[in-house]
Amino acid sequence: MITNVINRRRRAQRLLLLLGVLLPLSMLVALGSGAVQVAPADTLAVLMGGDRGQATVIVQQIRLPRVLLAAIIGATLAMSGAAMQGLFRNPLADPSLIGVTAGASLGASLLIVAGGSSLTGHLGLTLVSLGAFVGGVLAVLLVYRLASSGNGTSVATMLLAGIAITALAGAASSLLEFFTDNERLRQISLWKMGGLDGANLPRLLLASVVCGAVLLALPRYALALNTLLLGESEARHLGIRVNPTKIALITWVALGVGTSVALVGTIAFVGLVVPHIVRLLIGPDHRFLLPACALAGAILLVGADALSRVVLAPTELPVGIITALIGVPFFVSLLRQRHQYGMQT
Amino acid sequence: MSLLQLQNVDASPWGDPVLTDINLEMIPGEVIGLIGPNGAGKSSLLRLLAGDFAPTSGNLLFADKPLQAWPRQALAQKLAFLPQLSLLNFPYTVEEVVLLGRTPHATGARADHDIMREVLRATDTLSLRNRLYTQLSGGERQRVQLARVLAQLWGGHDMSGALLLLDEPTAALDLAHQQQLATVIADIAARGCAVLLVVHDVNLAASVSHRLLVLDRGQAIASGTPHAVLTPALFRALFHAEVLVQPHPNGRQPLVIGL
Repeated sequence: MITNVINRRRRAQRLLLLLGVLLPLSMLVALGSGAVQVAPADTLAVLMGGDRGQATVIVQQIRLPRVLLAAIIGATLAMSGAAMQGLFRNPLADPSLIGVTAGASLGASLLIVAGGSSLTGHLGLTLVSLGAFVGGVLAVLLVYRLASSGNGTSVATMLLAGIAITALAGAASSLLEFFTDNERLRQISLWKMGGLDGANLPRLLLASVVCGAVLLALPRYALALNTLLLGESEARHLGIRVNPTKIALITWVALGVGTSVALVGTIAFVGLVVPHIVRLLIGPDHRFLLPACALAGAILLVGADALSRVVLAPTELPVGIITALIGVPFFVSLLRQRHQYGMQT
Repeated sequence: MSLLQLQNVDASPWGDPVLTDINLEMIPGEVIGLIGPNGAGKSSLLRLLAGDFAPTSGNLLFADKPLQAWPRQALAQKLAFLPQLSLLNFPYTVEEVVLLGRTPHATGARADHDIMREVLRATDTLSLRNRLYTQLSGGERQRVQLARVLAQLWGGHDMSGALLLLDEPTAALDLAHQQQLATVIADIAARGCAVLLVVHDVNLAASVSHRLLVLDRGQAIASGTPHAVLTPALFRALFHAEVLVQPHPNGRQPLVIGL
């Protein structure tokens, strides 16, 4: 056990390297997987600009945007989760805690129900995404307002306000579902399970810009997050401007998670468990934790999405089911040895 | 030149006044012990000095500049605070916790590492350095947190201009480590660091402090050398307790014996 902690930094660097190698490999495999299998060599050739007939179309037009989107969203969800767990000093925190997921679900449900049958094709998908994004951001703003006073923002109140707003948005969603017809009910429930089948170039572009900014911004708060684990006053006494840091973290996470929920629906588990797993492996230093989470989250979602296309091909399973099915056994096995890693919860 | 100046400071951070008309002056290298019953405002005074809340009236100057006007990071290089309780429940190693104390400085990994070794040695936590903080005992955690705040101010022979605030640093320590803490305090004070500490053991307070400040219900009711402050009358008024005050066999301080 002692050896686990002596060389923590070296371990972290090794993990980053390993994940950095695994991510392109997993993307390569994912590009070849699906209803039509493409050999890795052919995939590589297509990526290099070669022409392999049908495989070219499948890899370039259909799978490449989807795999890239999965990687970006997976990275954003996992890194946002790590940031929230640090900010709330709670390894059970999750990006959805600040209400963004429930708000987005409500926004999407509202548009699906109100839009009716006119919401088909890409326009419909875009409108639903817009509704989800607006809903998510509104929910976070509400939670943030509830938790803020003249003395700053209390993360404990924010946690409770997040639970309240999540419950409220959940009730409103249920009410909508109760009164809507079966077809839209199925539409809503499929949307909630999440999926990357709507991936296309404009969505990929949007995700790259917004989530890319989030992925670049959050690591700048690594040192602040490290001190925040000691407590908010302690962080302040160590020279951190705590309130601006909190606002910035919440804004970036709301932006990143709001965008990903809008684009691919709710994908549970990635934001909660990836940071937890990575922390068990390399400890809570956010300078390594945040990038490692981004890489691991990307790998998990790319892999899960590939599986979702393969398992019941040509039918696709919702990717959220797969992330939970892969992640939970791994997570549980780590939990069983958690005392070795010094986790208290 | 005074390092810290409080003139007629009132503070009521949560509505009711917790500190009333506090006057205090500290010079570099001075050690002041804060004593008083539970709820007297000792921790509030430390938190006021740490900048957790502003005075409602009066002047609070640190190095001749209003404390609230100090930029956070510049202040953190000069002023460190060891709170009573630590909330840390993430599995940092002891080394990582101590290095967090270097956050306000940009002295580089090598210098930080040297300072870490020195403060680990000073707090007898060198042997714990690769252990996980979450697996330590209460006293060990307190020493590690002490090492962290020492690392924050540590700076070779000249520590003048620094102020260390300690809130019951001995609460969980065994006798040997209490004495070690007294040595550390004397050592950094000799290098110019001012120390303001809350201790419940009045004999310990008397042995480490140049001056004592007695708080009761938010007001300073006595201040001065241990000999001047620690009288049977004070203990009767403050704690409703009868005590004997004798010269300490070491000849340097009074010895308070409970009856």
